[in-house]
Amino acid sequence: MVAVNLWYHVGSKNERPGRTGFAHLFEHLMFEGSKHHDSGYFEPLQRAGGQLNGSTNTDRTNYWEVMPTGALELALFMESDRMGYLLPALTEEKFVNQRDVVLNERRQNYENRPYGLAGVALAAALFPPDHPYHWITIGDPDDLRAATLDDVRTFFETYYHPGNASLTLAGNIETARALDLAERYFGEIPRGPVPPPVHAGIPDMVEQCLWLEDRVELPRLYLGWHSPAMFHGGDADLDLSADVLAHGKTSRLYQRLVYERRVAADVSAYQHSRELSGVYQVACTAAAGVSLPVLEEAITEALAELAATGPTIDELARAQAQTEAQFVYRLQTVGGFGGKSDQLNAYNVFNRNPGFFDGDLARYRAVTPASMAAAVGQWLVGRPRVALSLVPRGQQQLALAGATEVSVS
Amino acid sequence: MSRLDRSKLPVPGPAGHFVFPRIERTRLPNGLDVRVVSHRSVPVAAMVLLVPGGSSADPSGQPGLASLIADLLDEGSRGMSALEVSDRIARIGGDLDVDVNHDSTIVSLTTLDRFLETGLELVHEISTAPNLTEADFGRVRQLRLERLRQLRDHPSALADRSFAKVLYQSHPYGQPGYGTAESLGAVDVDDVRAGHARMFQPNGATLVLAGDRPADQLLAAAASVFNSWKNDPSVEAAAKDLGRQPPPGHPATRLGLVARPGSAQSELRIGHVAASRATPDYHALILLNAVLGGQFVSRLNMNLREDKGYTYGVRTGFDLRRGLGPFVLQTSVGSDVTVPALRESLMELTDIRGSRPVTADELALARSSVSLGYPRGFETVQQVARSVAQLALHELPDSYFEEFVPALEAVTLQQVTAAATQYLDPDRMTAVVVGDPAKIGEGIGALGLGSPEPVIPPI
Repeated sequence: MVAVNLWYHVGSKNERPGRTGFAHLFEHLMFEGSKHHDSGYFEPLQRAGGQLNGSTNTDRTNYWEVMPTGALELALFMESDRMGYLLPALTEEKFVNQRDVVLNERRQNYENRPYGLAGVALAAALFPPDHPYHWITIGDPDDLRAATLDDVRTFFETYYHPGNASLTLAGNIETARALDLAERYFGEIPRGPVPPPVHAGIPDMVEQCLWLEDRVELPRLYLGWHSPAMFHGGDADLDLSADVLAHGKTSRLYQRLVYERRVAADVSAYQHSRELSGVYQVACTAAAGVSLPVLEEAITEALAELAATGPTIDELARAQAQTEAQFVYRLQTVGGFGGKSDQLNAYNVFNRNPGFFDGDLARYRAVTPASMAAAVGQWLVGRPRVALSLVPRGQQQLALAGATEVSVS
Repeated sequence: MSRLDRSKLPVPGPAGHFVFPRIERTRLPNGLDVRVVSHRSVPVAAMVLLVPGGSSADPSGQPGLASLIADLLDEGSRGMSALEVSDRIARIGGDLDVDVNHDSTIVSLTTLDRFLETGLELVHEISTAPNLTEADFGRVRQLRLERLRQLRDHPSALADRSFAKVLYQSHPYGQPGYGTAESLGAVDVDDVRAGHARMFQPNGATLVLAGDRPADQLLAAAASVFNSWKNDPSVEAAAKDLGRQPPPGHPATRLGLVARPGSAQSELRIGHVAASRATPDYHALILLNAVLGGQFVSRLNMNLREDKGYTYGVRTGFDLRRGLGPFVLQTSVGSDVTVPALRESLMELTDIRGSRPVTADELALARSSVSLGYPRGFETVQQVARSVAQLALHELPDSYFEEFVPALEAVTLQQVTAAATQYLDPDRMTAVVVGDPAKIGEGIGALGLGSPEPVIPPI
């Protein structure tokens, strides 16, 4: 097998207010045919035994195929054709159809899913309206309905060309042949203009305490902070601190809240590092009959302790062992989301160094109890945060005191 | 290099030669069936312990027992606390998963090669010597009851459970494997201990180990850890294959409605009891399903998604088990198009039986897609170990993987259409809708399934 993996350095961060959700809607149109093969992207590739997909997030859009070795050129033809020749095949009919599909996707995965709208409220609170992380990638339904074919053309010309793309091949192929084939299929496509830069970083924020109703049985507390951007100082420390706090039964918060006190049904924490700014989030679902202030107190206390005394040697070693194992597990697949080829592109696009695997691992190995304590102290303890109480309908009394209601759609 | 001709698509060359996993096996004196695969790529090992039974072996009135037992395996064993066990798994970067399905329970662990022995010891220990204390039982049951409460808000969980109940009724496959508030409330720790003793006996169980070492070393490692596992002759073995009892001939209703006022979408399931894994038409069903709803370019997805824009996606599958499993179509559609989406789906399920049978080109596409893509399923050690465990569960030969593609090649167009006629029965086709009755609109009673009847999901 050979994996083809193509990243365009564009995501919902490149959208503008009023046209949110566009990068992802555009991704859908990439599967609807291009000039030299205008009858659906999937059919020839599936016929050849390939597997394929794509995804969009705030920072990038990726497309991939995993092909039997003999069908590699077919995938390169298809990928290059939609990079070079998408617009001649684009029609109003395809556009309207895929907009409907995306509206269904949004209703299915966000509106109709318990807790599904929390992410919308958190993004809007953590980042001001003019910041590109203010909206989530799926976008606002009204914005999706307002999108036009002209928007599609402009977007394509701005972002979909070799100058804004990164291609990786992995698996059963020699380097020289890979480079030849890349030249053969993509060499003829002109480099477009340099896309307009996105000027935004970690914004200022005031502390916010919000509540939101949803069709859920158990309330959940979300706490969110700004945190370092991807690969920046403190990123790896905070990533491992999330393991110490909430990964596995031995983690501090699971042990206290779920295992010993039994006031929570679950707890999670993660450092979501992205290009412009990270977000550190702790989420904790209350056990039946427990109100959210009980959880808030315990989480705040655990963070303060971690900043004051750091993790134990054992806690850090455990988090590092798990991280290192995950690095190795990811090497098992050549393609798909998170496989070798996707990983190479992540390093190439976000760090301009496709060979950053060892360097990335080294960041995690370099974390010490003192550096983790310092990062938690610098970014989380006493820093402005967003506290979102997501409560069952009609049970506002479970929210944190003084919370303001937010509305999302 | 000449300029690229884009007037036609490149024609794929021959598929590369693929060597399927070679299975080595032995049977330990205690009866444990051990199968290993040497998979030399990345220093990772995957182990899978499969015990027969699964949720269909839950005693009547105690649905959810097997899955509660599964939850308790890593909550402490051989005198160590749950926290100590969790710590040991984390230290080897272990990825532990305990999965209860209809016919079996599967404990699987992935770890780095250098921790292979420790991983085997952990799997052995949590499976054979869990503490099952009263206190851990109470704590874990409470967590499970809370998850169950949360499931009530998930349209897909409501749909799956309601659909199984309507199709299978009191048959073991109709019992919610996750249990209900009522059934979990009635279970006590003695039930759990007795259930564990029935489920976990070496005789009848299978251990699969795949990893980056020669097969003889893998066999030796597995034997050295699992040889000490003893059968307990005082325990009556678990009832075998309750799922193979005949299911009801007809569903409880043809059109079930789970009212979820304010729902943003309608969650749909359509299907009926269909076939077992042992069906001689297995390969024909795979191809039929690929054409119908098993891949992106299937008839249903091209119609409901790409043509009509009713859904983000629709898929179908024959869920083949040791007993008769269901054929299921699943999708989530806009509330206002619930009725047309049901109508189009039913039409596709009927047409493929004769009025619009599978064409030669559709069959060719499905066949090449499935057969050329088959090696993808053997990339990681986890995939390999799980596939080998499935062979054990379904009593398939070690040569199965190599024989799969030739068997697929041998299926004829006539066999696919015959399979459609036999395994998709319009007279038994049953639908469950989870959605807002006020938004579903007119005409749902005119689909040929009778009037919608309310269904209470078993949770």
